[in-house]
Amino acid sequence: MSNAIHLHYEVPGDDFTRAGEASGLVKKRLKVLGYDPDAIRRVAIAMYEAEINMVIHANGGYCDVDIYPDRVEVLLADSGPGIENVEKAMQEGYSTAPDNVRNLGFGAGMGLPNIKKYTDDMRIETELGVGTKLYLTVNAN
Amino acid sequence: MNKYFHSVELDADKCCGCTNCLKRCPTEAIRIHNKKAQILSERCIDCGECIRICPHHAKHAHSNTLDDIKGYKVKVAIPAPALFGQFNNLDDIDIVLTGLHTIGFDYIFEVSRAAELVSELTRNLIRENKLNKPIISSACPAIVRLIKIRFPELCDNVMPILAPMEVAAKLARDEVINKTGLSRDEIGVFFITPCAAKVTEVNSPTLGGKSECDGAIAISKIYPELTQAMDHLKVVEPLSHSGLIGVGWATSGGESAAMLGEKYLAADGIENVIRVLEELEDDHIKDVDFIELNACSGGCVGGVLTVENPYVAQARIQNLRKFMPVSLNHLEDKNIDDMMWKDELTFNAESFRLDEDIIKAMDMMEQMEQICATLPGLDCGSCGAPTCRAMAEDIVKGNAKETDCIFKLKEKIQNVYDQLKNTL
Repeated sequence: MSNAIHLHYEVPGDDFTRAGEASGLVKKRLKVLGYDPDAIRRVAIAMYEAEINMVIHANGGYCDVDIYPDRVEVLLADSGPGIENVEKAMQEGYSTAPDNVRNLGFGAGMGLPNIKKYTDDMRIETELGVGTKLYLTVNAN
Repeated sequence: MNKYFHSVELDADKCCGCTNCLKRCPTEAIRIHNKKAQILSERCIDCGECIRICPHHAKHAHSNTLDDIKGYKVKVAIPAPALFGQFNNLDDIDIVLTGLHTIGFDYIFEVSRAAELVSELTRNLIRENKLNKPIISSACPAIVRLIKIRFPELCDNVMPILAPMEVAAKLARDEVINKTGLSRDEIGVFFITPCAAKVTEVNSPTLGGKSECDGAIAISKIYPELTQAMDHLKVVEPLSHSGLIGVGWATSGGESAAMLGEKYLAADGIENVIRVLEELEDDHIKDVDFIELNACSGGCVGGVLTVENPYVAQARIQNLRKFMPVSLNHLEDKNIDDMMWKDELTFNAESFRLDEDIIKAMDMMEQMEQICATLPGLDCGSCGAPTCRAMAEDIVKGNAKETDCIFKLKEKIQNVYDQLKNTL
């Protein structure tokens, strides 16, 4: 099916309180569409984690969301420092977040592992000094 | 008959079509058509916020009157604990209960008694690991209805225990039957209610079936008669059987405190509650086992059918509780099955979705986004919908037209004027 609803959001880099705005808006749209509740929840959780990642590590970025009848595809892109070791970043508990972020309760090293857990497909394109693109797919039941 | 019963009613003569209730409604369930507020039945949770905000007193909650109790042989009052916070200088709740006796009730059973039982049962079920954590309290019917229409993934977390009102009604009726030998129908059980949501619950329970209550009378409705009676009591009868745990349910945090040490969160005020539910749905709230949510600020004392400022009432309740024993009601040999829900809470998808068919819904949303982009984005409410987005939705659903927007209308008139001017 080619027909999709496209949504685009900017994620500001300097404001923790606004991280989660995009995932919240996507959640609202999906509910109005009568989307599969489990898929809505997984999209919201994975997107929120990714938004927080962008705020902590990359000074923000943007996300593009494509809603299809049977799946939701999300691209989260930033122009941050890139991920040095993707394999390590995928390990639970591994984090490079600074102390001031950890003091806020973030940076537990569960971001990427959780995103993987809640999505059906996840792909990372990253280049040091250039940025990171995270592609997520959540299938509707 | 309408599929949904609502206790909130409109006095059309007093409604001038202003946007106060429209903007206040937490579920965007109000539209103004032809200068009158109308409720979208499938979205209303009977929280009563529109009654609270209306400056013209055009909204009120349908509730019973003292006349309605007359048809029963035995008249039973089951007062909400919030009632005890409504009176100045009250140091003994027996004065209130005796007052209820004086104004026509034969038998009084405080809902706070049942609250103590519900608290004990909840503690037991938590200990036995029989509830889905985090457990969401089922006591506030506006919250249960909100979850039912908006939070599908949280339906299983609502604790399947009847609200204290229902438990109290059943116990009170059983006691009267045992004492008098009368049949069920000869006994009228009336809840003395602080809120509109409970009136709805009595008339049309969220989980279906029939309420154990025969009616609900607003605290504000009996207040004048009751205070009059309380001022002229000759004797104060020892009628109360509540401890501080049960009476504490009147205010936000009371039910949580009765969990005796569980990791809990208590939120009150409908906007705060919605934020907590959103976060809960997204798995952001960790390390909390029990969640108490009250639609009204301050808890039940903030109900729209009370008379006193909720924070004043709260202070009075705290004072009253000082002199009470911890708990006077215990499960003992009570039938626990009678206190549990008979059905599961199921999500009602139709309240907010655009269409059953997802392809059609997506098509409608596409149109909505396009319409929305052309609207001014002021969310002024002049069109009769609470936001520009809600208006776009109404247009797509065929319930509104673009020129309902006064800015769009102005634009159109300007265009016509310009065209005319050019032709002259």
